[in-house]
Amino acid sequence: MAVPCTGKVDLIHMLRAFEKGADGVYVLGCLEGECRYENGNLRARKRVEKAAEILDKVGIGGERVAMYNLSSSEAPQFVRFATEMTERIRRCGPNPIKLAMKKEAA
Amino acid sequence: MIVAKPKPIEEVIDSVKPYDRILLVGCNECVTVCEAGGRKEVGVLASALRMFFMNQGRTVRIDERTIERQCDREYLEELRGDMDGADAVLSLACGVGVQFMAETYFQKPVLPGVDTCFMGGSLERGVWTERCQGCGQCVLAVTGGICPVSRCAKRLFNGPCGGSTKGKCEISKDLDCAWQLIVDRLKELGRLDDYEKLAPIKDWSTERAGGPRTVTREDVRQ
Amino acid sequence: MTELKTPSKLEKVLAQGHLAVTSECGPPRGSDPEAIRKKAGMIRDHVDAINITDNQTSVTRLCSLAACIHLKGMGVEPVLQMVVRDRNRIAIQSDILGAASFDIHNMLCLSGDHQQFGDNPKGQNVFDIDSMQLIQTVRLMRDEGKFLGGDAIDRPPSVFVGAAANPFADPFEIRVPRLAKKVAAGAEFIQTQCIYNLDKFESWMEQVRDRGLHEKVAILAGVTPFKSAGMAKYMKNRVPGMDVPDEVVKRMSGVPKENQAQEGLDICVETIQRLKECEGVRGFHIMAIEWEEKVPEIAERAGLYPRPEV
Repeated sequence: MAVPCTGKVDLIHMLRAFEKGADGVYVLGCLEGECRYENGNLRARKRVEKAAEILDKVGIGGERVAMYNLSSSEAPQFVRFATEMTERIRRCGPNPIKLAMKKEAA
Repeated sequence: MIVAKPKPIEEVIDSVKPYDRILLVGCNECVTVCEAGGRKEVGVLASALRMFFMNQGRTVRIDERTIERQCDREYLEELRGDMDGADAVLSLACGVGVQFMAETYFQKPVLPGVDTCFMGGSLERGVWTERCQGCGQCVLAVTGGICPVSRCAKRLFNGPCGGSTKGKCEISKDLDCAWQLIVDRLKELGRLDDYEKLAPIKDWSTERAGGPRTVTREDVRQ
Repeated sequence: MTELKTPSKLEKVLAQGHLAVTSECGPPRGSDPEAIRKKAGMIRDHVDAINITDNQTSVTRLCSLAACIHLKGMGVEPVLQMVVRDRNRIAIQSDILGAASFDIHNMLCLSGDHQQFGDNPKGQNVFDIDSMQLIQTVRLMRDEGKFLGGDAIDRPPSVFVGAAANPFADPFEIRVPRLAKKVAAGAEFIQTQCIYNLDKFESWMEQVRDRGLHEKVAILAGVTPFKSAGMAKYMKNRVPGMDVPDEVVKRMSGVPKENQAQEGLDICVETIQRLKECEGVRGFHIMAIEWEEKVPEIAERAGLYPRPEV
């Protein structure tokens, strides 16, 4: 999902993704201090932290959501983060909600 | 405004557990300003609750509604249609709204989703602070605009006490000593001599101590 | 000699122009009155009256009124300390009458430490009236024989009314106006917070004298002996409203541990001796918390013994 600034990503967007069965969500924002809109990426970080807290409390797992910062010219960094996130989610396993939804459909 | 904070989600989960269909109602006024019970918070809480129950293998239906305010029957009536199917109402309004909801929808269990704290204002986003205790007899003209009832931990009328240290209250370094503030302000206003006037004993009968209160304005009643 | 308003021995000592000496005892955290009798027994001959603290630091103890009654039973003159934290105006007036029924003739009117500091931080607090208004209430009951509500009192209390003063507390600019307020409210004697910064205290007294307050109220200078350098440091850094100059701490630390208690007592005696020369100081309030056995030594070395027969 592409946005003009990670500041546009709201808490509910992240939660809904998990509600619908996503295994993980990661938010990629500009380096801190380099936000074109001043502090959009800082707001995003706070929301990601809040999402992680909620996901822990409801038993889905806060490790499934993460935020990374990089500049648009850092392609290798992008790849590294993507790989790292994939590894992380693999370790978490599938979203229990996805399994629950499957069970219900069956 | 009335300042509230969200209840810990574990507590909310515990109270809504018995129900399969919940009407989650937010309020567009005070609790929206203090980001505890407005439309956004309703959405987030609904999502979180759904995920919790799905994870438990239960499908709990959570309908989301936010009305202008819950302390007015006129707005509460807008929910009449949504009420039929609901097993319970989870209200994110302040304690007033929750009670009005319970009175209006007498047969429905009504649960609070926030802890109502005090009457206060915003210092900055995310920080709200108490300013009024509703004593019913405002003395702010005498104390330079600083309230000894709501800002002094001992509600002293002839303060400060001996615990005031460097402008802070004895109970916390984060709490300003109300009487230091009053003295500073009286000084600023050139009224420091007023400090020596002995404040009379307070009539607390217009406060909580006198019993639950009602304001009736005959001039305004229909 | 000024005309006496009450049968209080403390009032009499002051009225006759003597330096008064008071001390204090904390009641036990239980119901054994022997604890009070023992402490009072150690100091009774060296003081004119003994204060009994009122759930000090919000730690629940045997109540001040009961302990004062035990003192009366031993023939010792009590000073009933009363805080407004725990009682509304009904209980306050009631307790004043209770004290009067046992002929307790001295009272110290205080706000009280916030309950957060004690063993019941989750409890309510009252503060129906504040300490200034308490002074006014006692004077009303005594001088007009009336309850706050206006009704007449049968056998009004005859209480010598005192208040506390802290020359070292903030805000600095109202320290003397605050004393003036207490005097206007009706305070007849003052016991100050314990003094270590003599210069600051004397400068406060100068301002007090400038306003003639020293003639309207009897100021008893508070003193507390340090038991150790650790205690000096603790009081300097951790107790609100306490002013302990660096030199005093240095003096305590500069002495080997086994001699520190004696050094503390020496400082206390020197303080009294210096303040005897301070115009307006009408006596001393020796607070030797949990060290009551040293009060006789302090009083004797400071030339305050024997106590006058009044």
